[in-house]
Amino acid sequence: MWRWLRHAYLWLVYFLLYAPIVVLIVYSFNASKNPYRWGGFSLDWYARLLDNDLLLRAAGNSLLLAVCAATLTTLIGTLTAIALQRYRFRGKALFNGMLFVVMMSPDIVLAISLLTLFILAGVQLGFISLLLAHITFCLPFVVVTVYSRLVGFNPQILEAARDLGAGEFHMVRTVLLPIIFPAVLAGWLLGFTLSIDDVVVSTFVTGPTFEILPLRIYSMVRLGIRPEVNALATVLLALSLIALALSHFLLAKREGNPA
Amino acid sequence: MKTRTPFKTAVLTVTWGWMIIFVLLPNLLVFSSSFLQRDELEFVRLPVTLENYTRLLDPLYGGVMLHSLWMAAVTTVVCLLLGYPFAFAVSRFPARLKPLLIFLVIVPFWTNSLVRTYAMKLLLSTNGIVNDLLITIGLIDEPLRMLYTEGAVIAGLVYILLPFMILPLYAVFEQLRRDLLEASYDLGAGRWETFVRVVLPLTLPGVIAGCLLVMLPAMGMFFTADVLGGAKNLLVGNIIKNQFLDARDWPFGAAASLMLTIVMALLLLAYYRSVKLIRRRGNDVALA
Amino acid sequence: MENNNKLLQLRGVSKSFGGKQVLAPTDLEIRHGEFITLLGPSGCGKTTLLRLIGGFEQPDSGSILLDGIDIAGLPPNERPVNTVFQSYALVPHMNVFDNVAYGLRAERRPREEIAARVREALAVVQLQELAARRPDQLSGGQQQRVAIARAVVKRPRLLLLDEPLSALDYKLRKQMQYELKRIQRELGITFLFVTHDQEEALSMSDRVVVMREGSIEQTGTPRDVYENPRSLFVARFVGEINVFDVEVAEVRDSDHISVRMAGRVVGLQVRGRRYDRGTRLHMLLRPEDLRLLPPDADRGIPGQVIERNYKGMTLDSVVRLDTGQEVRASEFFDEDDPDFDYRRGEPVRVSWVPGWEKLLPHED
Repeated sequence: MWRWLRHAYLWLVYFLLYAPIVVLIVYSFNASKNPYRWGGFSLDWYARLLDNDLLLRAAGNSLLLAVCAATLTTLIGTLTAIALQRYRFRGKALFNGMLFVVMMSPDIVLAISLLTLFILAGVQLGFISLLLAHITFCLPFVVVTVYSRLVGFNPQILEAARDLGAGEFHMVRTVLLPIIFPAVLAGWLLGFTLSIDDVVVSTFVTGPTFEILPLRIYSMVRLGIRPEVNALATVLLALSLIALALSHFLLAKREGNPA
Repeated sequence: MKTRTPFKTAVLTVTWGWMIIFVLLPNLLVFSSSFLQRDELEFVRLPVTLENYTRLLDPLYGGVMLHSLWMAAVTTVVCLLLGYPFAFAVSRFPARLKPLLIFLVIVPFWTNSLVRTYAMKLLLSTNGIVNDLLITIGLIDEPLRMLYTEGAVIAGLVYILLPFMILPLYAVFEQLRRDLLEASYDLGAGRWETFVRVVLPLTLPGVIAGCLLVMLPAMGMFFTADVLGGAKNLLVGNIIKNQFLDARDWPFGAAASLMLTIVMALLLLAYYRSVKLIRRRGNDVALA
Repeated sequence: MENNNKLLQLRGVSKSFGGKQVLAPTDLEIRHGEFITLLGPSGCGKTTLLRLIGGFEQPDSGSILLDGIDIAGLPPNERPVNTVFQSYALVPHMNVFDNVAYGLRAERRPREEIAARVREALAVVQLQELAARRPDQLSGGQQQRVAIARAVVKRPRLLLLDEPLSALDYKLRKQMQYELKRIQRELGITFLFVTHDQEEALSMSDRVVVMREGSIEQTGTPRDVYENPRSLFVARFVGEINVFDVEVAEVRDSDHISVRMAGRVVGLQVRGRRYDRGTRLHMLLRPEDLRLLPPDADRGIPGQVIERNYKGMTLDSVVRLDTGQEVRASEFFDEDDPDFDYRRGEPVRVSWVPGWEKLLPHED
């Protein structure tokens, strides 16, 4: 009885989580102009996506931004995690505190603080301001991901490398990075996802010269139901599932045969 | 290692520099500007004032604030009521199935939250599927107006934020040792008593962590209120956004955002107290 | 360079962590080619001492001279000293060959030289066939050998071994003890070995350094440390010991005294050491120094057998003396009278071979 209830409940929650997405996907293939009536299968909305220059440019911009932000964040975040794990330095508690605050504080608080900074410092709002903002809010997540891997393996391996004649940098390159590589990759993917999904921070620090996809979608859905958004959402979902599967595959392969 | 190497110096310079310029400095700027006055050209000007904070309390904004807090609280409670039994149920599954079950919770999180909000809009529209369904099974005759209501905003927030409640809860349930429950039954406690005396206190940190992760975004995610709530159901996030991007009243927006930070600090405090409470009771073995 | 045969000299080296001193200012000399062991309970500072020599920690004071040159300020990669870690610390994503080659590649040696030297090192530890395996495909003992090969391939002046055998099971540990001795003999490298296992220390070392609470308690050959412990701590830590509290009753001449012990007076030979009447002393006797005599013997301290264990080579007994003290005796099996045995509860007299006792000043 309990067991049956438990299963039923589980499926109910999954239903709630997935039903809206499934409806979205189904309606993206709707031939009818009426967004609420099923009018047969068609790929019209997908075709229309390809004609929408604004949308395509915004998608390109988003991709560029997310790749740059994820890459730079992973670079800085990995180094930060290494520093936090390996070195004793002054103000470490303050440093940890700041990372934690960035992670926990609502996006909107971070957004206005960065906007204030950019305006006062005279940074042109656009690609650069978006990039700096995205790196900042992704950073703690990458640091935490890599850090948990760093504390999860035997530190004597690193000492052994130094002992055998490797300088600090050589050790990091030949031993430390290969060991933490799965976490670094996971950090990159996390950064990429956070960056490409962000609406709140981007709304504040974006400029007229550089429109990104979430903001483009935002302006579309504010007004009403737009069937091409269904198609776009389906494409995005498919892409993120492919990326997820790919990363899973890569990591699993690496774990199995790291040589 | 104490020795100073060029590598270490470079790493520390970059990371410290980044945190100071992009975290410490901007937050100090917002903090100080919340005590200044609005200026048309320079955004802020002296003298120092508490006016922005008193304005937060006046009926015009105070009402919106309370309404926003109310919606965030309802969202949090609904997420907790949905997520707690769910996390518990998943934790009792065989170990090989658990990663899959949790993975299925995370997948929707990989879809753009704006897109998911939009999906909600599609469902809740006057001509949408939910209304169709209700009419078909004869529960209602006329379509209900569900969009642009408080309920729609809460539904949207719950939908987007539910995984953030489930994941920390699942983490504490995973650490909850089953033999502890068995010991409790063994000592003669019933299901309910075991739940209140053992399970609830030990999972409290997860509950508070989940509330933290749900409640804060539920006050800040202005786009959900924008898409689903219309003009009447605003979040604190909408006020902050309007003040910064439309009304250009930075000091007031900064004061509103500081309020969010204070809510965050209070929730964090509650979290640490709950963890400490468990430790002090000597139950840390159970969570270790 | 080989002045006085000293390879490494520690002078006043000390170390604290967070205000807590883990190593008091310490002097130590290590000679060329010897197998020297740091022995002590956990937390005695032996691993810290090893890490200071390896360069993983910086001393708060003092100097570390290798061939007369102070290396205290050098990072680990610039010291001609290598370490075999307790956890082996093999690099998980490299195979055996690459692990062993790691140190030579860091030195940027030519490819052919690396291949030849790695093969040679793997031959020393008898792992030639496993060069392509990854560490997680090796047994604990094999990983241990790779860790050794990886360190000795660098031809260090001094090899540091940090409890390298502690993770192995008993039989494998015995085998590796012989292997390590063989490798040391073949390569002629000086070994500094850390262990908390006194049996291991005694059987492998040329010299043993017994440490306690951050300082050196005694340095000497295994035999020296075992037979002439300088303190109760050393006596108790290195092997089993029976300690009797005695008091000097009479000083007969420079070589002979008598002491009051367990209510009776016993004469002892002291070979010229001076004692004063009334001085309290510890008299130490190893279990194998004791002899159990029948209760009607004319000497020995009366007691009762309360435990009797057959150990193959020896018969071990626990005897409760009439004073209440319990002592352990370990007697070789009597070939001439194999059936002879004391039963539990039987009265006996405990005696010892005259001159095998060891006297120490009383420690309070």
